[in-house]
Amino acid sequence: MDIQIWTYIIVGITFALYIGIAIWSRAGSTKDFYVAGGGVSPLANGMATAADWMSAASFISMAGLISFMGYDGTVYLMGWTGGYVLLALLLAPYLRKFGKFTVPDFIGDRYYSNVARTVAVVCAIIVSFTYVAGQMRGVGVVFARFLEVPVNTGVYIGMAIVFFYAVLGGMKGITYTQVAQYCVLIFAYMVPAFFISIQLTGNVIPQLGFGSTMADGSGVYLLDKLDQLHTELGFAEYTSGSKSMIDVFAITFALMVGTAGLPHVIVRFFTVPKVRDARMSAGYALVFIAILYTTAPAIGAFARTNLINTVSDKEYASVPQWFSNWEKTGLIAFDDKNADGKIQYVADAEKNELTIDRDIMVLANPEIANLPNWVIALVAAGGLAAALSTAAGLLLVISTSLSHDLIKKQIKPNISEKEELIWARIGAAVAVCVAGYFGINPPGFVAAVVALAFGLAAASFFPAIILGIFDKRMNKEGAISGMVVGILLMLFYMIKYKLGGFGGGTAEDWWFGISPEGFGTVAMVVNLVVSFAVSRATAEPPADVQAIVEDIRFPKGAGAASDH
Amino acid sequence: MNNQEKMTEYWKKNLRFLAILLSIWFLVSYGFGILFVDALNTIKIGGFKLGFWFAQQGSIYVFVALIFVYVNWMNKLDKEYDVHED
Repeated sequence: MDIQIWTYIIVGITFALYIGIAIWSRAGSTKDFYVAGGGVSPLANGMATAADWMSAASFISMAGLISFMGYDGTVYLMGWTGGYVLLALLLAPYLRKFGKFTVPDFIGDRYYSNVARTVAVVCAIIVSFTYVAGQMRGVGVVFARFLEVPVNTGVYIGMAIVFFYAVLGGMKGITYTQVAQYCVLIFAYMVPAFFISIQLTGNVIPQLGFGSTMADGSGVYLLDKLDQLHTELGFAEYTSGSKSMIDVFAITFALMVGTAGLPHVIVRFFTVPKVRDARMSAGYALVFIAILYTTAPAIGAFARTNLINTVSDKEYASVPQWFSNWEKTGLIAFDDKNADGKIQYVADAEKNELTIDRDIMVLANPEIANLPNWVIALVAAGGLAAALSTAAGLLLVISTSLSHDLIKKQIKPNISEKEELIWARIGAAVAVCVAGYFGINPPGFVAAVVALAFGLAAASFFPAIILGIFDKRMNKEGAISGMVVGILLMLFYMIKYKLGGFGGGTAEDWWFGISPEGFGTVAMVVNLVVSFAVSRATAEPPADVQAIVEDIRFPKGAGAASDH
Repeated sequence: MNNQEKMTEYWKKNLRFLAILLSIWFLVSYGFGILFVDALNTIKIGGFKLGFWFAQQGSIYVFVALIFVYVNWMNKLDKEYDVHED
């Protein structure tokens, strides 16, 4: 059977599965809608968190990015996993004990202020929308490539699916759909990785094959071979990279802290029954994430070796079929500058004749390794699962911010549960449409801004939450001024150095040599300092708030706290 | 020992656990993976330069282990101070 038919079958089966789950687990109350009834097991929650967290970018782009960045790709690997240690140790148990529905809920109650709540709602919406716009585009692109429909049609199909299970099922529907999506995406990611690892190194486990000798009998280690190829072609050594140490440090830190501050990840820890389940489910989540994240650098190194061996200094006329397949999509381009009929792939831009889109590395992997057609279809289904699960999680944050934190807590406090549920569904529906609009008409800045959503989360939420738990003396004046200064500073730096506003600027003008991707670290430190200074210059928080802070530090009584 | 003192002690022990675990977290990622990467790269285990291995694989395994150690310690501490949930 050809790829097309396999793709329709496998994608069709997975979609039927997701919709079936959404109908089975539809939400009946606001508690179902916001926190899945609060009864999700830690293992299921770990899987759902992993699917929620791993987006189209993790699935499709990350291994490709690493294969081109080498050691510098470390920022993503450590940055996007190390944040879970912070989540498990510093946030999850306390937020679970606090037992509310959303992140702005925590900030609003802990800082006894609707101003703080509103600032948090605005931050949550900015972070979630920048992130979700990229996801919807990703859904469209994956559909376009594998179902051969226009990108816009792909976005509509994605919207319809997400609409169905987010609006109907709320958090409950999303949680169980995400469990299924995790299984699909991890299976789809691992199958090609096993095959390629065996082909290249003879070792079935990619994490080990990555450090083994080549299967060609030369006895040379794969990574040594790769370093040698890189040096010959004029690139920086694969295992050394080319970014400055301070920038690698800053980006890794911003991604870690941003991960721990992303509202759609934090809310997942409200859905388990107990404090100890919240701790445990962060552990499970990281295990499930680590399976993909330790495979990605192996795929990166395999793909890089394969690519250079296949194309470098080869006759253009003799390239394999996958090369011409992807050439048709415009994602690989060959320009014979010296007209010798051979492909010169070198670091020097003047002489280099090959341009490759980094995103094809994972998608083309099965073709490069000559795997059966069903594997290629499986990778398509995996990419869709990754993009849809993340989009749904983000949409839910936006919808609950509207229905719970704005309408119920501020505009109409006497609203009935039934009405609140209607508002939550309206919120989800509106959010799907806005996200779809951005997917179809992507503003030029989306790609640039997605990576910076982490910086925004790091600069706004993380200090306010941490200080709310660990500093009893922190008051509303401190937290509000910290969040406002942090997010404005991050927005300013991002607009100036990424989008060319405020006169723009080049890498030479970066403050302390830190790129916009890493600037969240600086903005977060500024937020901490401002919060601390302002809180000490103003009045202590009221006694009942200090009692709440005492209370969330002990697990006992979490069940009662969540019923309100 | 009254309840207030007991709770203060529980919280102090919790903070001590956090300090230990977060120091390890910092050491394996920012230390071994970034700050001392060049020095560690002179050591090779199989095909891996050690610094590069910590940056791309080792630190992630340690992160997973840290969370499970934390869960274990805290479950014991909760029981010891009788603040666990049933």
